[in-house]
Amino acid sequence: MTHSSCCPSHEHRRSRRRFLAGVSAGTLGVLGFRSLAAPAVAAQLAGAQKRVLLVWLSGALSQLESWDPKPGAETGGPYRAIPTMVPGLHISELLPHTARQAHRLAVLRSASTGVADHVLGRTLMQTGRRLDPAQSYPHLGPALFHALGHPRESPLPGHVHMLTGDFGDAGREVAFLGPERAALVLPEGKPPANLHRPGDISAQADQQRRELRDRLDNQFRQKRPGVADTKAYALSFDQAAQLMQQRQLFDTDGEPTRSRDRYGSTDFGRQCLLARRLLERGVTFVEVTHANYDSHTDNFEFHRQKLGEFDQPFAALIDDLHQRGLLASTLVVVMSEFGRTPKINLALGRDHWAAAWSLVAAGCGLRGGVVLGKTNADGTAVTERPVSAGQLFHTWFRALGLNPTENYRVNERPIPVADPNATAIQEILA
Amino acid sequence: MDAPAGIKAEPTQARLAREYKHTSPLLGCRVDPSGKCVFAGAQDNRVLRWELETGKKTALSGHKSWVRGLAFAGKYLLSGDYHGRLLWWPLDAGDGAPEPARNIEAHAGALQALAVSPNGQLVTTGGNDGVVRLWSVADGTLVHELPGHEEPVWNVAFHPDGKQLVSADHKGVVKVWDVAGGKARRDLDASALYKYDTKFRAAGGGVRSLVFSADGSRLLAAGAINWTNTLGGICNPGAVLFDWASGKQVQLLLAKEAFTGPMWGAAWHSAGFWVGTGLGPAVAGGGGALWFWKGDQGPAFHTVKLPQGGRDLSLLPDGLRLAVAHADGAVRLYDLAAKAAMP
Repeated sequence: MTHSSCCPSHEHRRSRRRFLAGVSAGTLGVLGFRSLAAPAVAAQLAGAQKRVLLVWLSGALSQLESWDPKPGAETGGPYRAIPTMVPGLHISELLPHTARQAHRLAVLRSASTGVADHVLGRTLMQTGRRLDPAQSYPHLGPALFHALGHPRESPLPGHVHMLTGDFGDAGREVAFLGPERAALVLPEGKPPANLHRPGDISAQADQQRRELRDRLDNQFRQKRPGVADTKAYALSFDQAAQLMQQRQLFDTDGEPTRSRDRYGSTDFGRQCLLARRLLERGVTFVEVTHANYDSHTDNFEFHRQKLGEFDQPFAALIDDLHQRGLLASTLVVVMSEFGRTPKINLALGRDHWAAAWSLVAAGCGLRGGVVLGKTNADGTAVTERPVSAGQLFHTWFRALGLNPTENYRVNERPIPVADPNATAIQEILA
Repeated sequence: MDAPAGIKAEPTQARLAREYKHTSPLLGCRVDPSGKCVFAGAQDNRVLRWELETGKKTALSGHKSWVRGLAFAGKYLLSGDYHGRLLWWPLDAGDGAPEPARNIEAHAGALQALAVSPNGQLVTTGGNDGVVRLWSVADGTLVHELPGHEEPVWNVAFHPDGKQLVSADHKGVVKVWDVAGGKARRDLDASALYKYDTKFRAAGGGVRSLVFSADGSRLLAAGAINWTNTLGGICNPGAVLFDWASGKQVQLLLAKEAFTGPMWGAAWHSAGFWVGTGLGPAVAGGGGALWFWKGDQGPAFHTVKLPQGGRDLSLLPDGLRLAVAHADGAVRLYDLAAKAAMP
């Protein structure tokens, strides 16, 4: 399906196809990784572009073992709450490094979203709307990539998803925005395969192959005016060529040892480090999936494991983004499909719970060191400032300076960018 | 304390005899050496004491987190919690609820297990900080710190000779330590109880019980095998039985009938059998069981279905009854001899 669309940002009007096609070898030479990795250049980038990092804690993080601990409550579990950089704010002892970044975070303790199914919950949190059989809506990645656009000079895709586990969206997330808004998916956060040109194909032969393909594309298009849509097809080849030239970017082993040590030795640590490099390099939307928190048994042991992987690299990433001047222009969201039951089951697990749970966000357009909402003593219900998925979706747009009340135009039909019945959460907006 | 003459424990006679209820799920239990009381650690941060004869319950308050590890040392009950605290409770305080005589920070993070030396002078603890520590029971001073595990320590036990102790971690690494010198001597391999689940990206494991036979010739490390869904608790109960002299696995003790869930508690019975208990996840129907194994034989020779999942067990000194700490908050007492023969 093709579409025309109208969003508030002028940046999105840039043709990504055109931008990709316009990157010359000379430009790539000037914009090599080392120069863009420098903090000064990153800071320049920060002023020119807004980016998004979504950390998706797949399977549903327990709010009680993270952002809304209830030590001493029957539902509280065995872990302590520890103080943070924000006076009066305590989070789980499983997050000691993150506690030292709390002054940069907005902690939302009153998510009440009503959907406790993994697939439906992911759809809800990613689109701000319940699943509608009659209409698909773009997920955050394609929606914000579309709205924010992508810098002309960036040789990289605008949307990258480091996917771990089996809970991806399998291309459904773009809805009517078209395949060019889909994520470049990096399974396990590993570099794309085949980044090196085969040894038996010379650079000249490779160039000739590309020119031949372009000619055939043009002929195909010219014979089918107004019908042929080869954009996504051509884009995939362009993107592959660009990625081959950027392969050094994916090699986090090239990062200084001290820097790598700050992110730790886990897969998630390496993915956070790569996320930083991608954001520095101007990728508009980066999603990192950390799996899996769906702890129906042994919840406390599994949260010890998973948050033990999450804590240090996430804190290092927030700190790095701040130190490099990128946090103010990068929206960071950490969330799941829903939360977990305050009631602890007989197998020491927590089950699915969407009535009262927590998430955090930071960076672009948001206040740091704030806590929004409250839950009751045992964590079963929101007692102050419940927030919905629709409100959160509006909030991410507003934080980035975008207007979520605009419409997409799909075959001349207006489709609201965000749920028209919701509004942004003003208390956490800067 | 031996069984009265002529009365013999027979696992095939095992049946529920009595229950003692609490309002919070229980994590561990131990019957005191006199056989008059059972103590249990609970998820409401309390230690519970029941007089077995009268059923009188007393709640001991002093912990600020869940209590799992319990052991007796002379005139004290020692208990450990998930905040890493180790408490001494006087056993001679009469009918009332005693106050802790001592409260020390033993570990950073959860204290998962503790054990008292055969002579009652030392207590060893293991926790999520991956360290094993040896303490003086008399004054709570640190005797040895035993680093070496790379994972949280789930269990500890003294060899009956009192000269060696063992510690076992989440990955099934069992370390043997020299008590006097505080030195590591060798490792045993219980990794059959561990699996990294590549689908759900979580590690299922943990040596949930660690027990020597009375003569010290065998060591049992209990937990779970056949992990297929770690987060859902889809696994089967299993225990690695070691020959102590060689350190080799001599048997893998398995449930006889299909059961989903790990084994949480185990004990050696002087009549020559092992007994274990466990509980299943709700997705697999929950429930619990007792399993009995003869000596080194692999499959359980008898199974008793329990009304609720069992998280720990403790034999009474006469060997004719067994206390099980259940996930529903009850300690249940099971007779192990024919009804007519019970004293």
